[in-house]
Amino acid sequence: MNEYYDVLVVGAGPAGLAAAQAATSHGARVGLIDAQATAGGQVWRHDVRHAAPSLARRSIGGALTHSRVDWLARTQVVAVETGSLFVEDPRRGSRLDYGALVLATGARELLLPFPGWTLPGVTGAGGLQALAKQGWPLAGRRVLIAGSGPLLLAAAATAKRHGATVLGIYEQAGADAVRRFAGSLWRWPAKAIQAALLRGQLAGVPYRCGSVVRRALGDSTLRTVELEGPHGIEQVPCDQLAIGYGLLPNVELAQLLGCELRWEGAHPQVSTDIWQQTNIDTVYAAGEVCGIGGRDSARVEGAIAGHAAAGARSAAMALQPRRRHARAFAEALRTRFALDARVYALATPDTLICRCEDVALSDMDGYTDTRSAKLATRCGMGACQGRICGAALAELGRFSGGGQRPPLFPARLSTLGDTDFFPLATIEE
Amino acid sequence: MKTYDLIVVGAGIVGAACADYASAEGLRVAIVEPGPVGGGATAAAMGHLVAMDDDPAELALSRYSLELWESLSNLPQAEFSRCGTLWVASNERELASIPAKRARLAAAGVETEAIDSDTLYRLEPALAPGLAGGMRVPGEAVVYPPAVARHLVDRAVERGARMYSRRVAHIEYGGVRLDDDTRLQGPALIATGCALAQLLPTLPLRARKGHLVITDRHPGLVHHQLLELGYADSAHGDADSSVAFNVQPRPTGQILIGSSREFGSSTPEVSLPMVRRMLARSFRFLPALRQLDALRIWTGFRPVSPDGRPYLGRVPHEHQLWVAAGHEGLGITTSLGSARLVVDQLLGRATAIDASPYDPARVVA
Amino acid sequence: MNAISSIRLFVDDQPVDVPAGASVAAAIATLGISFRRSVSGQWRAPLCGMGVCFECRVRIDGIAQQRACMCPVHDGMRVSTHE
Repeated sequence: MNEYYDVLVVGAGPAGLAAAQAATSHGARVGLIDAQATAGGQVWRHDVRHAAPSLARRSIGGALTHSRVDWLARTQVVAVETGSLFVEDPRRGSRLDYGALVLATGARELLLPFPGWTLPGVTGAGGLQALAKQGWPLAGRRVLIAGSGPLLLAAAATAKRHGATVLGIYEQAGADAVRRFAGSLWRWPAKAIQAALLRGQLAGVPYRCGSVVRRALGDSTLRTVELEGPHGIEQVPCDQLAIGYGLLPNVELAQLLGCELRWEGAHPQVSTDIWQQTNIDTVYAAGEVCGIGGRDSARVEGAIAGHAAAGARSAAMALQPRRRHARAFAEALRTRFALDARVYALATPDTLICRCEDVALSDMDGYTDTRSAKLATRCGMGACQGRICGAALAELGRFSGGGQRPPLFPARLSTLGDTDFFPLATIEE
Repeated sequence: MKTYDLIVVGAGIVGAACADYASAEGLRVAIVEPGPVGGGATAAAMGHLVAMDDDPAELALSRYSLELWESLSNLPQAEFSRCGTLWVASNERELASIPAKRARLAAAGVETEAIDSDTLYRLEPALAPGLAGGMRVPGEAVVYPPAVARHLVDRAVERGARMYSRRVAHIEYGGVRLDDDTRLQGPALIATGCALAQLLPTLPLRARKGHLVITDRHPGLVHHQLLELGYADSAHGDADSSVAFNVQPRPTGQILIGSSREFGSSTPEVSLPMVRRMLARSFRFLPALRQLDALRIWTGFRPVSPDGRPYLGRVPHEHQLWVAAGHEGLGITTSLGSARLVVDQLLGRATAIDASPYDPARVVA
Repeated sequence: MNAISSIRLFVDDQPVDVPAGASVAAAIATLGISFRRSVSGQWRAPLCGMGVCFECRVRIDGIAQQRACMCPVHDGMRVSTHE
């Protein structure tokens, strides 16, 4: 298969959906691809047992049912060439050509190593939400939520809605920082309402600040979590631990395309101008991939990118004030929820860092550069291609990530070897 | 100024082997390597230890080296796996070439078995139907080359070798100057692979790019290093680009898929058309590969001399300057023998095999 | 709760019914079966839930190393774990 789109959007979360809808409003033919089976991204992920919120329904329906939008589900980008993406879905590989490309690849969770984090029963906080919505059984299960940031509240609410007994939310940030953040929410009324709603849903669930999960204990599965809080160390028996330290942008595709990145702390994000245009003329980026900002800034940036990619800058201009307001929220979030030094010291020498290849922290002692460590230990050489361990090591200040090569995700060999996959001119055999 | 008995420039597997052997012989050794040990062609290589029989000199050096590799067969980090090599004949013509190939290998002391078609499918059930048979070399093995290079360097350093994590700025009379202006005095041995052109432009060397693809773990799908008998045509032809079926079971259960050869591309970027050609070739022999996932693809550069043989020995018209470079695709296999050949000459000893085919003087007027 | 149609699939030859749209990961967890062993033999189960960590890989309809969290179930699907 080989298709051309005026605007090709990668990622069908709030940013990508808004971009697709904005681009079609100017008559563009749009391709919208996502690796997941359903649209909505992580924040509006389809829930097999519960109806979606109305904004999600409207946004998803508005983009997907449009006659000029081709919705390509379960489609993953494998490689790039100038003006084209090579993708695969469960059946085949294809080449998608574009006039303009919008990267709305979103974010993943920052997952940091601690003793026991590899035990079955330990997931990310957003990870548990995603699994619950996929139909993961939580009814009657004892769930402990930990880590950092407002995502913990959302994860707890999802777990509770799916019938879990939420034992508590353990935020690593101190009470002062959390209070300051909550106090600043009045500037973002929608956020304040959302937070209040979440608290309502979470009536009776303890929320503890300044608390860190030190260890997860169990034999072949999680049994107990050891917490360190302001009043000392305690062990809490539970069935699931959902633990995440916030989000980080999925920049791998942008990097492969050669987009300029800038670093926010230890992690890269895509640089754009006010039109969401990257340093590459035909490539735009919107939402979390440009820096963690939440759903509202993703929606407005997506719309700006969609308008601009379709050549309608005046429509994009009108959205600038909304964009600035939404991004300011992200700023507040970041400064209030810095990670505590204890979090960085959790991994012991025998804690596995690379879960694909089972490489322990101490295996990397004595290596000063990423490549030597990787060649000697295989750290980052597994199926996740270093997405988990690379981000963790960067956050811990050990090594920084390298460049990107295809395949962007593990790709079927038939996709890479298909004869009809490439432009005919390049086939020499 | 520091004085050494030998300054090894480059810590790929060839330089590492030279430093290891020289230090074992009691020489005071310096190793100069600005990058990771074994981080160049060594890291990009498949790590197949194989006797190639199409050139008698190459066969002699392979054979000599394969014996030396036995001393590393129990080194855990070498991941030495004696999977054997299975050369696959696609047709009757290739099958007919096997007796002569076996005779050449037997003359060099390499044990082989002729494999009929039934045995071929018993040994490797995943092979595509319709293949004619093949030849098995049971003693051959695969290793993890960068870890071996690292081990050899570590062993040299334990014996007192000094590591300089710098680049050589110039070769000077009686030594080298590093990019931080340090001068090292003593005979220099250039083992920089493709970077030879910058230091010794009088020795012609071209870079021949290759691609490799590695899959997720699928233990048991293939058991031997598998090559098509037409491999030598690709490996030793002078075509601008060629591909051949060359698949290896890693001890991890992953499958390593090669091979491509390409002159004229000097950038390390993965070429998707080249990957496609290489994979399309591998599917003809192993159709089951089609549904497996590629985890990573990488490229590397093989250093190729005009006659395909490495330069091993004294550099003509130069004072105390030695070379061990230009091993093309056989550098892992022949590294250990190459090191002995060069260092034994440096020490004025008789070499275990005839060193004259590798004498750099052959290309210098 | 919506009215949900249910899908029957087989995990390690055991039948399991899950809501339409559920993932293979959810079906495996519903049976309480473990997912996979790591390269050094440790038990592992999904971590990220969104296709990033590859901890939930199983064999699905004959194809090994597939991410269970990324794959919606279908009737008659056959899944096998920790091989």
